[in-house]
Amino acid sequence: MLLEKLSNAQAVAGREKEVRDIIIEAIKDNVDDFRTDVTGNLIASKGKEKSGAKVMLAAHMDEVGLMISEINGQGLLKFKPVGGFDKRVLVSKEVVIGQDKIPGIIGAKAIHLQKKAARKKPISYDNLYIDIGAKSDKEAEKLVSPGDMATFPTKYNQIADNIVTGKAFDDRVGCAILAELTAEDFSFPVEFVFTVQEEVGLRGARQAAYAINPDIAIVIEGTTAADVPENEEHRYSTTLGEGPALTIRDRSIVVNKKLLQELINTAEKNNIPYQFRRTTAGGNDAGVINISREGIPAAVISLPCRYIHSPVSLLNLTDYQNLKSLLTNFLIDSQGKEF
Amino acid sequence: MTNFSEKKDELTELIKELSEINAVSGQEDSAFTLVKNYLDNYCQDISSDNLNNLIAKKSALSEDESNPKIMLAAHLDEIGLMVKSIDDKGFIKFATIGGVDPRTLPAQEVIIQGKEEVAGIIGAMPPHLLSKKERNKAHKLEDLYIDTGRKPENLQDIVQIGDPVTIKRELTSLQNEFVSGKALDDRAGVLMMLITARELAKIKHEAEVYFVATSQEEIGVKGSQTATYNIFPDIGIAIDVCHGLMPGVDKGDAAKMADGPAVSFGPHVHPDLFNLITETADNYNIPYQKSPTTTPYGTDAASIQITKSGVATALISIPLRYMHTSVEMISLDDVKAGGQLLARVIAEIDKDFLEGLQCY
Repeated sequence: MLLEKLSNAQAVAGREKEVRDIIIEAIKDNVDDFRTDVTGNLIASKGKEKSGAKVMLAAHMDEVGLMISEINGQGLLKFKPVGGFDKRVLVSKEVVIGQDKIPGIIGAKAIHLQKKAARKKPISYDNLYIDIGAKSDKEAEKLVSPGDMATFPTKYNQIADNIVTGKAFDDRVGCAILAELTAEDFSFPVEFVFTVQEEVGLRGARQAAYAINPDIAIVIEGTTAADVPENEEHRYSTTLGEGPALTIRDRSIVVNKKLLQELINTAEKNNIPYQFRRTTAGGNDAGVINISREGIPAAVISLPCRYIHSPVSLLNLTDYQNLKSLLTNFLIDSQGKEF
Repeated sequence: MTNFSEKKDELTELIKELSEINAVSGQEDSAFTLVKNYLDNYCQDISSDNLNNLIAKKSALSEDESNPKIMLAAHLDEIGLMVKSIDDKGFIKFATIGGVDPRTLPAQEVIIQGKEEVAGIIGAMPPHLLSKKERNKAHKLEDLYIDTGRKPENLQDIVQIGDPVTIKRELTSLQNEFVSGKALDDRAGVLMMLITARELAKIKHEAEVYFVATSQEEIGVKGSQTATYNIFPDIGIAIDVCHGLMPGVDKGDAAKMADGPAVSFGPHVHPDLFNLITETADNYNIPYQKSPTTTPYGTDAASIQITKSGVATALISIPLRYMHTSVEMISLDDVKAGGQLLARVIAEIDKDFLEGLQCY
């Protein structure tokens, strides 16, 4: 499955090459042409000559990760987070660094040596570092440089019927669905956009939207499902297994009402389960696409994922299929209609 | 019977096998079988006792009642988790087995050893739902749970309360001879014992040697008590891990990584044995470091020394960083050196040496 390949690939914001190459390989025979822009967005076109509204579909290639900031004097690597991280998930994990995928570990002082009071606090970035087994700075410098990106070597794993775990589902699910969708033919022009640097402040999609100037845009995202123990139901935001989640508004966008209604109609008509994203927090590329040029009607369809922005997250493959089906049916039904 | 050689790749393969096998304290069966298959190469008589210690005897050159009896002990068990409850949505709460730091658990992939293996991940409340104050607290054990993605009805016949859980972690080779993985405390010690057995096959020795892979060390040094009682050796040498030097740890609490095995000295170590080990290392140019320790707590040496009327005890340790995390790190060079050293030490021990042990 393409999602597996994409989830296993390493692409911290600003270093999206590995994912971009996988996508190009997957879509190149399906699209009329593809190009990359100056920031690194991958833009693939289908049906440019066709009439009807031009639709932009977008998903981001980048993931949250770590940047090596310094070699500490003992051959150990200090790092800084790239994108939003809860530092508490970093302890006792493996990482891989840079293009050569140098293996390293993030350890912690043994529990035996920790004072009782210290055990109650998370370990701060100051006290976390990556150990690659280098015996000196000189040895480490041959393999790693400050600025190199690190992420987790987590492998995609199907752990039950319809349940998979892996890293970077935010937003490799979007990348996989859009790449698979390039196999379909539409009666109107479609631009498939795989953006960069979403996780560091939506810094890729803006330029792509400007260049394409679409009539409508739909962003496919991996979003938080907080349907976990001790949480109250009204704080779930989304629930695993209840279908794709439609955004009404979030920190970055108020979704175009007609577009949202059309998505709901498609879901109802085709008996596709869906849910609303029940929070106003969070944001994504739709926010910057929406305010590009004179304004572009935009919507967001998200796949509920538990534990995003951590070394391993979990999703339901039925949700994945339902999201894909909703998007496909919407595009076919809309037939290039303007909003 | 499974064999191994001293080539780097084969040692890495072997430590990978030892690290990745899942055997929490009290449920060491799978590791028992694995280690037994290797010891079969070198030992005449392999047995287990009521606490499931693996006891493998290698006879001396000539059978003699008065031959020295030496016991080596490395523990088979590892720390882990245990299923405590399954809620109405299928989320699993767990208890700890041994000294687990809850801060090392969030976002780990785990394997539940139920009727079949069930994979899951350890989850907690998403950080964006927590106040800044809450985010600045470490996760407590009760905040964490295992998410298998399965509904309770799909778990009930497979997972039961009491099932052991371990972190899923493949061994990783780092730079130099360093490897990282789970349960290297004390599977690295087991590897050192296997290397000793292999080296000893090439050397003449007067002593009968008992290789013991002990059970239940992590929950109160239990297996080595009954094993030592049963064998009642003249000399017992515990093989374990000690803290490797790293930022934030005092030199007095830790040994340098890749500087040779740490030979412990302190009240729990017989002075003659300590001298024999260090002199032998010097004679054969085997790297080692002296490790002053005031107590043997947390190793099999603690129980061996005080069994029956007393056993002359030594402790040799592999420096290890990040103890009791799932990314424990050791140098294979330290393990190899320790294995070679112990074989040479055993070959030095004769009846005369034993006589001296009681003279203070």
